[in-house]
Amino acid sequence: MLTRFGKYILIMLKVFRKPDKMKVFWRQLVIEINNLGIESLGIVAIISVFMGAVVAIQTAYNIDNPLLPLSLVGFTTRQSVILEFSPTIISLILAGKVGSRIASEIGTMRVTEQIDALEIMGINPANYLIFPKITAAMIFNPVVIILSMGFGIMGGYFVSVFTTLYTPQDYLDGLRLDFDGFTIAYATIKTIIFAFLITSIAGFEGYSVKGGAIDVGASSTRAVVWSSIMIILFNLILTHLLLS
Amino acid sequence: MIEAHNISKSFGDHDVLKNISLKFVEGKTNLIIGKSGSGKTVLMKCLVGLHEVDQGSILFDERNFSGMTFSERKSIRKEIGMLFQGGALFDSMTVEENVMFPLTMYTNQTVEEKKERVNFCLQWVNLENANKLFPAELSGGMIKRVAIARAISMNPRYLFCDEPNSGLDPHTAGVIDDLIQQITSEFNITTVVNTHDMNSVIKIGDTISFIYNGKLWWEGDKSQILHTENQELNDFVFDTELTKRLKK
Repeated sequence: MLTRFGKYILIMLKVFRKPDKMKVFWRQLVIEINNLGIESLGIVAIISVFMGAVVAIQTAYNIDNPLLPLSLVGFTTRQSVILEFSPTIISLILAGKVGSRIASEIGTMRVTEQIDALEIMGINPANYLIFPKITAAMIFNPVVIILSMGFGIMGGYFVSVFTTLYTPQDYLDGLRLDFDGFTIAYATIKTIIFAFLITSIAGFEGYSVKGGAIDVGASSTRAVVWSSIMIILFNLILTHLLLS
Repeated sequence: MIEAHNISKSFGDHDVLKNISLKFVEGKTNLIIGKSGSGKTVLMKCLVGLHEVDQGSILFDERNFSGMTFSERKSIRKEIGMLFQGGALFDSMTVEENVMFPLTMYTNQTVEEKKERVNFCLQWVNLENANKLFPAELSGGMIKRVAIARAISMNPRYLFCDEPNSGLDPHTAGVIDDLIQQITSEFNITTVVNTHDMNSVIKIGDTISFIYNGKLWWEGDKSQILHTENQELNDFVFDTELTKRLKK
């Protein structure tokens, strides 16, 4: 494991270099923002709406004390979605979607000698392939997560409209209660670090593939497993550092 | 001219290349031949810097390539074109974008100038109307021809071809051989071809180096190879049923 970590660091040292041609880098960056970010918006929106709705229903279900106001549903949904569900759970979902895509794409390029072709041309393949992906995710994932927060909170609102568990006014009152802007900053910081972990680990796994199709599949699985583990670990560390 | 001086390469305990010295001549098609597993692909990968040699040196026109760092090698790599066994075309790009890629990375040409160069290279390989196709839409022979077009797009001084005929029918293989030979003589390139196809050997082998068990076993040309006394080379050359019958 230590050897693999050493190899990861060595590849990251190759990744974080000045791109061979900035014009090409900007073009790649736009492509990756589309591939990794915009194409994930659909699944993120669906999951977020349902996630917010479920959190709201569960909170309402647990409030059986008449002294507790129903506006707590809105408050709890907002806090849960902003602090944990959107940054962490959506990042875990992106680790599966984006991580496997990156690892299999780069891994296939490795086994079909496309990476060798880049190297022969004098291009730094790690920088050319991985750097735009890391940059795109670190720039656009916060946007995805903030949209996810909006969708999650909307999910809770839909419950108030379509059920009698609590009223829309209760929910909106709860949303406005004791809002601390730092929670958004905390979620954004987490998201940026998770984005780096997802793309760099997946890039490393794909880049270091040796063999054929089975090895590409295995690298894709490793990318998802390791980035998920790292997200959970860093979630704990960052939460402790930023909130305690 | 490309020179390899006493190069050795091993993977773990396995010595793949043992003290090989070779010269590849400018304007000639220089063939490296040998059985599968003899070390010829590793030799080619060492020559282009995809593997680092354990000892020895590689010189490109007296420039010590093996002693250079990645960034120092860039100037030589711009002069290298390589045709990979599977073509190694970029899946996400069209034929035109594949051939244009080195020009985009290393020149400041306008789009029109690059397109003109791409069309010139595609004409060379008889693929005038394939610009907008993706690699997945091409046949094996077309992939090789696009790869050749990409390899010559930067006017290389050195061309490396790793088993250019593998997976091709004899006719298409002959077309690829002809292209390699034409490009070599027309542009005065130092071409190194890695093959075990005897048709190619007889057809385009201006110089031939036979690698056996990681060692340079025999050197000569296409006129000498059929009359050599070297036992291992004879076993390799006359290994197929067809060549055995022809020999009889």
